Amino acid sequence: MARLTVNGESHEVDVDPDMPLLWVLRDTLGLVGTKFGCGVAQCGACTVHVDGKPVRSCSLPVSAVGTSAITTIEGLAPGGDALHPVQAAWLELGVPQCGYCQSGMIMAVAAFLKEKPAPSDADIDAAVTNICRCGTYQRIRAAIHAAAGLRVSGMKSP
Amino acid sequence: MSRRPHIHRRAFLAGIAASGGALTLSFDIPFGARAARALGSGVEITAWIVIEPDDTVIIRVAKSEMGQGGFTALPMLVAEELECDWSKVKAEFAPPHENRRRNRVWGNMSTGASRSIATSQNDLRRAGATAREMLIAAAAARWNVPGSECTAASSIITHVPSGRTVTFGGIAAAAAKVAPPAKVALKDPKDWNLIGTSQRRLDVADKVTGKPIYAIDVRLPEMLYATIVQCPVFKGTLKAVDDSALVQMKGIHRVVKHQDFVAVVADNWWRAKKAAEALLVTWDFGDGAGVSSGTIRASLHEGLGANDARAGRTDGDVDRALAQAAKRVEADYEVPFLAHATMEPQNCTAHVTADKVEVWAPTQDGETALAVAADAAGLPAGKVVVHKMMLGGGFGRRGIFQDFVRQAVLIAKEVGRPVKLVWTREEDTRHGFYRPVAAARMTAGLGADGTLSALKIRTSGQSIIAAVSPRVMRFGVDRNFLQGLLEDMPYDVPNYLVDFAMRNTHVPVGVWRSVNHSQNAFFKECFVDEMAHAAGADPYAFRRKLLDKKPQQLAVLDAAAKNAGWGSPTPAGVFRGIAIHDSQSSICAQVIEASIDHNGQARVHRVVSAIDAGHVVNPRTVEMQTESAIAYGLTAALYGEINIKDGRVAQSNFHDYRMLRLAEMPLVETVILQSGGFWGGVGETPVPPLAPALCNAIFAATGKRIRSLPLKNHDLRNA
Repeated sequence: MARLTVNGESHEVDVDPDMPLLWVLRDTLGLVGTKFGCGVAQCGACTVHVDGKPVRSCSLPVSAVGTSAITTIEGLAPGGDALHPVQAAWLELGVPQCGYCQSGMIMAVAAFLKEKPAPSDADIDAAVTNICRCGTYQRIRAAIHAAAGLRVSGMKSP
Repeated sequence: MSRRPHIHRRAFLAGIAASGGALTLSFDIPFGARAARALGSGVEITAWIVIEPDDTVIIRVAKSEMGQGGFTALPMLVAEELECDWSKVKAEFAPPHENRRRNRVWGNMSTGASRSIATSQNDLRRAGATAREMLIAAAAARWNVPGSECTAASSIITHVPSGRTVTFGGIAAAAAKVAPPAKVALKDPKDWNLIGTSQRRLDVADKVTGKPIYAIDVRLPEMLYATIVQCPVFKGTLKAVDDSALVQMKGIHRVVKHQDFVAVVADNWWRAKKAAEALLVTWDFGDGAGVSSGTIRASLHEGLGANDARAGRTDGDVDRALAQAAKRVEADYEVPFLAHATMEPQNCTAHVTADKVEVWAPTQDGETALAVAADAAGLPAGKVVVHKMMLGGGFGRRGIFQDFVRQAVLIAKEVGRPVKLVWTREEDTRHGFYRPVAAARMTAGLGADGTLSALKIRTSGQSIIAAVSPRVMRFGVDRNFLQGLLEDMPYDVPNYLVDFAMRNTHVPVGVWRSVNHSQNAFFKECFVDEMAHAAGADPYAFRRKLLDKKPQQLAVLDAAAKNAGWGSPTPAGVFRGIAIHDSQSSICAQVIEASIDHNGQARVHRVVSAIDAGHVVNPRTVEMQTESAIAYGLTAALYGEINIKDGRVAQSNFHDYRMLRLAEMPLVETVILQSGGFWGGVGETPVPPLAPALCNAIFAATGKRIRSLPLKNHDLRNA
């Protein structure tokens, strides 16, 4: 038995200790917004926040999570119909194509902007290493700058 | 009387969205259950259009959505003629089983070859116009006025003389009872007010909030999870499975064995994967085990000089013209197998009972998914329900062959409960339907003045058609292999010959974004640069001369060159390359600016991509697909190769089958020539020019000709 705090809710899960957090989220808790892409921490589709830090959950055994707070794409926004500034920028600039990588991309960028609220292009190049096979990178870059702007100006999401 | 059909609908999408994703899905909810939802009771006006009392217009989409934007552009075609308020439009997939039951009222569901808009636009615009006329007729009847005195705009019908109005939602029930007009007039393109405008995609909101819209997200009551192990050597067969190690593992339900795969079914996917790794499987590798990239390359090279090639296009007398040429240019080119690498690995969820099979699939062709599921279940097609889900990428991997559907049904049939099959990335990389290997021997003859008098192209490689549909071969030649080099080769060459020596392997091949154009443009456009160099001409000017009689191609080439500033100074160390190629009934020219970094690798800084696709429905989609195609083509040009060793794929995951990342993405500038007059494709067309334009820029930078891909195998420092 492990006790996990996901999106502010406490869950007791009966899973193998070596089971990666990704599969606990998807198969045990039904939070399928976090995606499986490679299983070896290469692509970042499975990115979630563990105590606010971006983590590739396909390679993190659930036994290593401990009492850390986990946030997934389902819990990123403040609540209700509101969007997180990164989601709002993604929507405004129409970033997704197939969309499969975007949960992980948005989680990675949300954590990155907390560390670097007004990043340069070079900062973005160095920090955003998730794979998008549709090649939405140009719009991702623009949306990161837009989200940074939203944050700076304190704009609320639509 | 309502004309609404009883459609089994993906009602779970709405249900699960409201529940934050934790809800398990119920299956086989009839379409009528929608009445219980907040949307209320919609009325089907035509098969394509349902209108809710609150004026929401639901437009059904027959094609799949894999990122290309059809889920938005196709409804735009309907909405243009329907005269509805676009902000109130929702899209939903037309179910394949209903398409079968209703005599294919939604037509062919196959989604590929960049042809969704081209092949659907007439039917969709007519569907919109037909429904609009029915709505107007119903309103006119209610008011007892002639229909000719009524107009429709923004979901409101107005009786012009009296100023009376009714909304679409208010008249929909009556309109559904009106007999559809036999004939409708379509708008003149100059009167379009939605087609040709950039619109936000209808699927974006779900995709930024992590909604469970993909097949891999499906959750059903009593559902089990499976993963699969296939014979590492293609076409090998199963001999024996020792699953004794699984006895001690928890949550394992079953090991399913078939001739070409072993699957483990467990109570979660992680347990299934661990168990699959613990199996001791013995295969009969068959004849393929001796094949390697080296033996395949030798076979292709033999084909370049062989006598069994079949001609695809012959103009003039190429051998005589070559013999008389003042100057000859010769070069051999080659490209490797490529995998699609969709971000969402292959998967399918299936539930098989005695008299029904239901599947949730990431399919580019719901009708093929239905046929595959019926065959695997051993049930008539009428017993199959197919739920089309959003695809996490397609690129040609999930249309013709739907191995994942067959496997999921075979597994679920043995288990008797719903099963979600998910492949590992390693299986996905090693069991694709790859872009074929190909080679070309290019020979050109130039006159004393540098004019091209003869061009001979011998190709050699693996035929997709031979595997998929041999009857399509014409006079024994797979013309598909010669895409872009046949009548669609636009250059004016008086003496021209292209032929093909087919050299098939045991490696499965399939359609990969832009299909055979992907290699043929590389061969053709790199070699045109070689000819220009031999003629002492500028590569852009040389192409202009060859396109003298082709104003459309010339306009696209000029647009790319002008917007890129061809001939103007570049930053130090940055060089330009150019290429143009016709594919999917459209024309695309690109100018690339690239440099060589200190590791000897090419860096692409900027791509100006000009396209003429005729009519453009959603320009934003064209820009996005151009960016996407360039990332796809650039990934392949820089890194892409699937190698064969001992009959199996050497690569396994993204560490050795590398993908382009954000830091490597060039600035892409899309130039759209809205020429109108035809309906061309978009999603694939910007792929083919990318590799040759890049290699031509590398030549400009280094003087070194790149005649094989990927570029990672070339050290550009010592050039």
